[in-house]
Amino acid sequence: MNKTVLPSELNPDPDGPLYVAQKKIYPQRVSGTFRRIKWILMAVCLGIYYFLPFVRWNRGPGLPDQAVLLDLANNRFYFFFIELWPQEVYYFTGLLIIAAIVLFLMNSLGGRVWCGYLCPQTVWTDLFYAVERAVEGDRRERMKKEAEGLTLQRAAELTLKHSIWLMIAWWTGGAWVLYFADAPTLMKELVTFQAPMVAYIWIGILTFTTYVLAGFMREQVCVYMCPWPRIQAALTDEWALNVTYKYDRGETRTSLKKAEQARAAGEKVGDCIDCNQCVAVCPTGIDIRDGSQLACIQCGLCIDACDTVMKKIGREPRLIGYDNDINIHRRMEGKPEVFRTIRARTVIYTVLIAVVGAIMLYTLSHRTLLDVNVLHDRNPLAVRLSDGSVRNGYTMRVLNKQGIDRVVSVEVEGPPSATLQVIGVEATAAERPTISIGRDQTLELRVLVTVGSEENLDKSTPVRFRVIDTKSGEVAAATDNFVTP
Amino acid sequence: MNMADHAPHGELDKVTGRTTTGHEWDGIQELNTPLPRWWVWTFYATIVWSIAYWIVYPAWPLVKDHTTGWFNYSSRADVAVELAKLDAIRGGKMAALSTASLEDIQKDPALLAMARAKGKAVFGDNCAPCHGTGATGSKGFPNLNDDDWLWGGSLDQIMKTIRFGARSGHAEAHEGQMLAFGKEGVLKPDEIVTVANYVRSLSGLPTRPGFDKAAGEKLFTENCVACHGEDAKGNPELGAPNLTDKIWLYGSDEATIIETVTNGRAGVMPSWEGRLDTGTIKAMAVYVHSLGGGK
Repeated sequence: MNKTVLPSELNPDPDGPLYVAQKKIYPQRVSGTFRRIKWILMAVCLGIYYFLPFVRWNRGPGLPDQAVLLDLANNRFYFFFIELWPQEVYYFTGLLIIAAIVLFLMNSLGGRVWCGYLCPQTVWTDLFYAVERAVEGDRRERMKKEAEGLTLQRAAELTLKHSIWLMIAWWTGGAWVLYFADAPTLMKELVTFQAPMVAYIWIGILTFTTYVLAGFMREQVCVYMCPWPRIQAALTDEWALNVTYKYDRGETRTSLKKAEQARAAGEKVGDCIDCNQCVAVCPTGIDIRDGSQLACIQCGLCIDACDTVMKKIGREPRLIGYDNDINIHRRMEGKPEVFRTIRARTVIYTVLIAVVGAIMLYTLSHRTLLDVNVLHDRNPLAVRLSDGSVRNGYTMRVLNKQGIDRVVSVEVEGPPSATLQVIGVEATAAERPTISIGRDQTLELRVLVTVGSEENLDKSTPVRFRVIDTKSGEVAAATDNFVTP
Repeated sequence: MNMADHAPHGELDKVTGRTTTGHEWDGIQELNTPLPRWWVWTFYATIVWSIAYWIVYPAWPLVKDHTTGWFNYSSRADVAVELAKLDAIRGGKMAALSTASLEDIQKDPALLAMARAKGKAVFGDNCAPCHGTGATGSKGFPNLNDDDWLWGGSLDQIMKTIRFGARSGHAEAHEGQMLAFGKEGVLKPDEIVTVANYVRSLSGLPTRPGFDKAAGEKLFTENCVACHGEDAKGNPELGAPNLTDKIWLYGSDEATIIETVTNGRAGVMPSWEGRLDTGTIKAMAVYVHSLGGGK
């Protein structure tokens, strides 16, 4: 549905400027179902973000007791019962894949759910608007005050607003750094100015970005900076539900009085009374009646605004609602509405999420806490000893991912006469070298395998190294080759 | 593309109700969608930033030099600072390396790892030209991976060899020379052939047809046992190699052994005492010992 545009509304200069000034938006206060949903989701999202670092999780002595911690100094990521090492970064890949597909699934079901309710840009902008409204008043007041210019009271209000904004922004940056160190300790250090410089720098950066993005850039981020609206437009289909003005019901827009007269005379007029409430509440300053568009973050606030008006004038609510073009056309043709949630794409997305999730759960539950990697010497590949036997050298790395110190023995399987020696370690347990590894550590060992001259070996023979926990019996193994000169 | 079909600039697009830029490609016109003004400001800001960067940091090449910037910043100086920090961190452990005994270094896993890492680096810088990066040696330069040692393979013996070298001129260097039996006229050419074949027989290598083993043994006993020992297993005090094993420094073929007996051998290894500090030499000794052949 395209509104006819009068030439006077257009950019009057044909050689118009290459850039336009940001049009300031004064969203009006609104209440209703979607506003309530947005408040609840904002509280949940911000609550998680601000308070998660303070959640404790006991991992035993010597290990951090913070539930979520990115320990960059020690290369560890802790997430409740999970502890990840740098080489397990693929779990993050899996999480990112799932996140992307969930985004696609939400999009094919309810359009830009992410943009409207969950995106940090939306959440913080919404919070900043709430502060603005509380301090400066609602839409009309703000527009009036802005037009009147600076008075003492206005200056005081602006100071208060920006102070609150900066405090929220500072808290946002502060919460961020708490994910990278023990939160209570870092808090204490921050207050006493004992914290590392990098913590203050990051708080500064995030205070700045939060303040600027949520206080000033706002909808500009969504319209000009964010790639998702462009990708979303390419990913959506005609069945996806979007915040839609049902023009089949709304047009022709007619004022309340004229509509009564027209209806009395038996003429057909639309339910839209052109009150512009949907425009007044919109946080990106658009008119939803122009149809689905890039700048619409689909927050649903126009639905609340329109419903309020419709209720007041005694008409059916949801003149604006989650709907799609297919149903608009069906209604215009007098057919019943159809909603198809189960479609090829929603099924595929769901299956993909399940598959990736299942793979991740499987690998997570089956990952070993004892691991070994072996690397054959490159130079020399093989050494002939004075009695004619052949020796190969390997670099072995044993990983103890458990929170306890462990004692492991090392053995080799391969040619029958193969003997194993670990440099700096005596063979003690049943003639196998035993090594102790500290909790949560890796140990690099130099391992030598010797095969007697009587054995007639191929140029390359597979050998298998086994590392065995002497207490629990847990085994980790790695395969390599034994090479002759 | 046909830019010739230039539509009138600023024509009204009926579908969107917006003006166009006047650019047209195959009938498709471009809508005039102005950039937000802050975007342009951001662009100008980057220009200002780049000018500031030229002033603050070294940026412009001059004929022989370059502009140094306000703070005389240099990434090379940064590296020097970082290296100094690293030295400060390593200071304690390096001190431990030079004071701890070789056995203690080998017993302490942390010190052992440190010594092996350092030894490997220092070996690459100083020893690899002769012994090879993998310490595999070559003809005349011993392979340090195997268990055959001219001057002994214990930690202390390896350390001594590194410190003073062999025939290096240092007062405490390993000395010991193989006589040039042929050149000096001690043995006649046919006697040299005989003793060479006898030496080959000691490690089970095939001998020349008609070789007189008894004559060879007699020649060996008269001329060679003084250094190589009665069992021919060599003597690390003199650097005399074991002649019964499978490892040959110069080669085991008859011609090479004849050459060795005729001209003698006296390989030289330099002394590293004074050139490298004690901690470094210890690290190198531990590293060489850990290659696998250490006794």
